[in-house]
Amino acid sequence: MIPSSVREWFPILHQEINGHPLVYLDNAATSQKPRQVIDAVKRYYEWENSNVHRGVHTLGSRATDAYEGAREKVARFINAESAEQIIFNRGTTVGLNLVASSYARSVCGPGDEIVLTEMEHHSNLIPWQQAALATGATLKYIPLQPDGTIRVEDVEQTVTDRTKLVAIAYVSNVMGVVHPVKQIAEIAHRHGAVIVVDGAQSTPHMKVDVQELGIDFYAFSGHKMCAPTGIGALYGKKELLNRMEPIEFGGEMINDVGLYESNWKELPWKFEGGTPIIAGAVGLGAAIDFLEEIGLDAIEQHETKLAAYAMNRLSEIEGIRLHGPRERKVGLVTFNLGDVHPHDVATVLDAQGIAIRAGHHCCQPLMRWLKESSTARASFYLYNTEEDIDRLVSALIQTKEYFGDAT
Amino acid sequence: MQLDDLYRRVIMDHYKNPRNRGKFEDDAVTVDLNNPTCGDRISLQLKIDHGVVSDAMYTGEGCSISMSSASMMTDAVKGKSLGEALELASRFSALMQGEPVEFEEYEDIEALSGVNKFPARIKCATLAWNALRKGIESEQ
Repeated sequence: MIPSSVREWFPILHQEINGHPLVYLDNAATSQKPRQVIDAVKRYYEWENSNVHRGVHTLGSRATDAYEGAREKVARFINAESAEQIIFNRGTTVGLNLVASSYARSVCGPGDEIVLTEMEHHSNLIPWQQAALATGATLKYIPLQPDGTIRVEDVEQTVTDRTKLVAIAYVSNVMGVVHPVKQIAEIAHRHGAVIVVDGAQSTPHMKVDVQELGIDFYAFSGHKMCAPTGIGALYGKKELLNRMEPIEFGGEMINDVGLYESNWKELPWKFEGGTPIIAGAVGLGAAIDFLEEIGLDAIEQHETKLAAYAMNRLSEIEGIRLHGPRERKVGLVTFNLGDVHPHDVATVLDAQGIAIRAGHHCCQPLMRWLKESSTARASFYLYNTEEDIDRLVSALIQTKEYFGDAT
Repeated sequence: MQLDDLYRRVIMDHYKNPRNRGKFEDDAVTVDLNNPTCGDRISLQLKIDHGVVSDAMYTGEGCSISMSSASMMTDAVKGKSLGEALELASRFSALMQGEPVEFEEYEDIEALSGVNKFPARIKCATLAWNALRKGIESEQ
């Protein structure tokens, strides 16, 4: 159970937008931040701020302890084998780009295959396109079912001995589908390929155990899970990370620097050139403490319940097109309201204090597959309630009336 | 925030009954433009004879603001010299900045002045005009 007081911890939720109490339903884009995280970042800047891994002075040690302590928390949170397998970065996009630029480009050659789905976020698509263009590898797509799910037998068909890498989101940011990542990992491994999982939409909402899933790389962002923007992490299997060359060079990441050649620190620091996002990491650590105190299982249950409620209520609206499977675990609903353009829907909702996302959600290929130029998306988090969904539904009904025969 | 400031009757009329929507069968200056942040797209076609926009049509996908703006723009530039058309485009930019601009030759456009109060929607209204600028520049 999520304590009903949870909303009290999120200062931003207690305001009016355009004369109405804010209903924030754009959590798949970014979540709001609880007092605990805001205070942790403030405390860091007021008491611990210094650069890491170099200061002999006391603040240098405090900052290093805070930063590395956050790494330990992340490792425990996703059950990584060790903290050195957690590379801090700016977010999911950066983590996926590192794997594509370093790992994929070193293992792929002409005729090799990288396997994806058409549903991937641009950040889990374009890095692989670029790697394929650079290496001569081919991109292959696992076919989608009409409801946006994928079948394990289709994965079996698509992955071959030429496949070097399978890249897939654990949870789709548009369709709300949870992919069978554990089974896909087994298939990939049977063919000698590695699996890279985009965890942007799964990490905030469900318990993730990278060892239990048997995945090789896992990238996620802090800002979708109550942490500040600008911090994220990449997990990788140790032997793979050890084999990979850094792609950013400079301070913090070096061991020995000569005039003509240099070598690198050990994991994870060889991938963290430059002064890292220390306050962001501290905020991410505080967000993990916050989420663990409430419990990921409780959060998942809460969102599953909200998703079912939202699907039921929304399907009552005449002319609405709900995308993705009817049954869903994650709190995310994507839809089109008749012929009313999603931008117009979002503007009318905003006038009533309701924040949703409208557009292509960084998934242009998926929009083409859906045959929609854009869609509207409401996405929920631990602080959302059934009343929020009731307000969404009544605002959508008013939107339909406002646009009259356009629906 | 008053929704009716944004969605004025004139705008909804252009949205539901678009003018100049379609494609020319023969050659025309064609500009394809999209708004990568939201997926709106327009394909604008201009007939240009001796420095005058003799006719204009468009096809596209987008919200009421972007499509009504395209409808009005194509109506407004017909018969205008390239210089006059660019001047209209500049006045439209000023309108989006909240300046009190008048369009005595095509008053419908003034209905879009309310977009100024919805900063996220300004790029919707300017899409067609940006396509016009691009089309004219390609001819100059």
